Amino acid sequence: MANYSTNEFKAGLKIMQDGEPCAIVENEMVKPGKGQAFNRVKIRKLISGKVVEKTFKSGDSVEGADVIDVDLAYLYNDGEFWHFMNNDTFEQIAADEKAVGDATKWLVEQDVCTLTLWNGNPIAVTPPNFVELEITETDPGLKGDTAGTGGKPATLITGAVVRVPLFVQIGEVIKVDTRTGEYVSRVQK
Amino acid sequence: MQHFLNWQPSARLDTLKTRAALLAEIRAFFAARNVLEVDTPLLGQCGVTDPHLDNLTTELFGTTYYLQTSPEYAMKRLLAAGSGCIYQLGKVFRADEQSARHNPEFTMLEWYRVGFAMQDLIAEVGALLQKTVQAPPLQQVTYQQLFGKLLGVDPLASDAFESLQSALAEHSELRDWALAESELDILLDGAMAFVIEPQLDPKTPWAITHYPASQAALAQLDSNDERVALRFEVFYGGLELANGYQELTDAQQQAQRFHADNERRSALGKPPRTGDQRLLEALEYGMPNCSGIALGFDRLLMIALQKQHISEVLPFAIDRA
Repeated sequence: MANYSTNEFKAGLKIMQDGEPCAIVENEMVKPGKGQAFNRVKIRKLISGKVVEKTFKSGDSVEGADVIDVDLAYLYNDGEFWHFMNNDTFEQIAADEKAVGDATKWLVEQDVCTLTLWNGNPIAVTPPNFVELEITETDPGLKGDTAGTGGKPATLITGAVVRVPLFVQIGEVIKVDTRTGEYVSRVQK
Repeated sequence: MQHFLNWQPSARLDTLKTRAALLAEIRAFFAARNVLEVDTPLLGQCGVTDPHLDNLTTELFGTTYYLQTSPEYAMKRLLAAGSGCIYQLGKVFRADEQSARHNPEFTMLEWYRVGFAMQDLIAEVGALLQKTVQAPPLQQVTYQQLFGKLLGVDPLASDAFESLQSALAEHSELRDWALAESELDILLDGAMAFVIEPQLDPKTPWAITHYPASQAALAQLDSNDERVALRFEVFYGGLELANGYQELTDAQQQAQRFHADNERRSALGKPPRTGDQRLLEALEYGMPNCSGIALGFDRLLMIALQKQHISEVLPFAIDRA
């Protein structure tokens, strides 16, 4: 993998740090008038998800990380691996529990997810921003309550728990924002 | 028709009115003190040797000309020619400098006071800040005191490198860099930028005085303690605002510094720059004892208006230039 000079740093660039592939989130030049220039960089570690700050002397080089994002359709879970398929080439990739992480509760068959591959292996799975899932469990709400104040917890078919308005019932399908885990609306069947 | 380019100014129009008023106030400040305004060339046959400054260049008459990073050399030739006290308020250029507080082309206020010692000039900077942006009185602290207080390190001690490196390594975001660094001056620069500067009270203008001799630039060494130079920097509002010297007047020492700078440049993998021979000749002829300072005008306006990004005070920042 190529090395990158600090001159090439920008948000989104993938580099290796502490033995882990990372994405640059923010890059800022810091330079005393007569002194050495530095790059103060905020990076997200792509495996642990941790965001850390690092300092580089401007002009130094760092190793790039072979990281790409691919859009793949979710197929099924065999108990150990989650299987995804490229809808154009029909090529399949299996992701383990560590890579899927919290995304497991938002996976809907045939939904297209973004898989982050490092050296060809999946290290992260990002579900679509919105998914539609059926409610399997929730307390019966008061009929006629449409104000939605307070709400109640509802368990979805994948095991995810979201707060929903009181009028939403078991068996209904709802739209959820996976970035916040918040209820958006009911889906008409 | 394209709709992608933003033709509008970077700064708001009311900011540009304040900008014009501040330029006028500075000129009035110096007029009242009988300091002569000059406008030396921005296009020169020599660049600077500073290891960490790079001139933009252009071609003229088949040779390379350098856009000036500061009017220092030309102003010093005027001083040697007998100009008396002078100031310049105009554009300068620095390659590869762009950030929330840097624009590659910016406005510099630079002035020289004949017969002033460093302390006289520090007092005058304080007066300028009070008069033009209503700053509170300027406070002074030495470079050594500040490093001792905020980092527990004596930057002038023989073990400064080791103690500074381990102090910086305690900061997780500086650790990898500090442990890999091999030069004291670069550790000092990083410590100043990342640890010292953020801890200075932004409401007070600070003059940090007596920089280590290795960072003398064009300042005289202190005859009482040659480990330090008669160099100071002014910090205010969280920004590095100005850099001043009790000026080196000795041609031979100046030639040595050009040479030492170029050795540093080579070590950094940068092309050497010819030291300005006209400056050396002027110093040989005799430049009067004086102190001089360069102050970032755009940053002064940022402080006055509490703007976070330099583009907010420029008619058109580099991305719209």
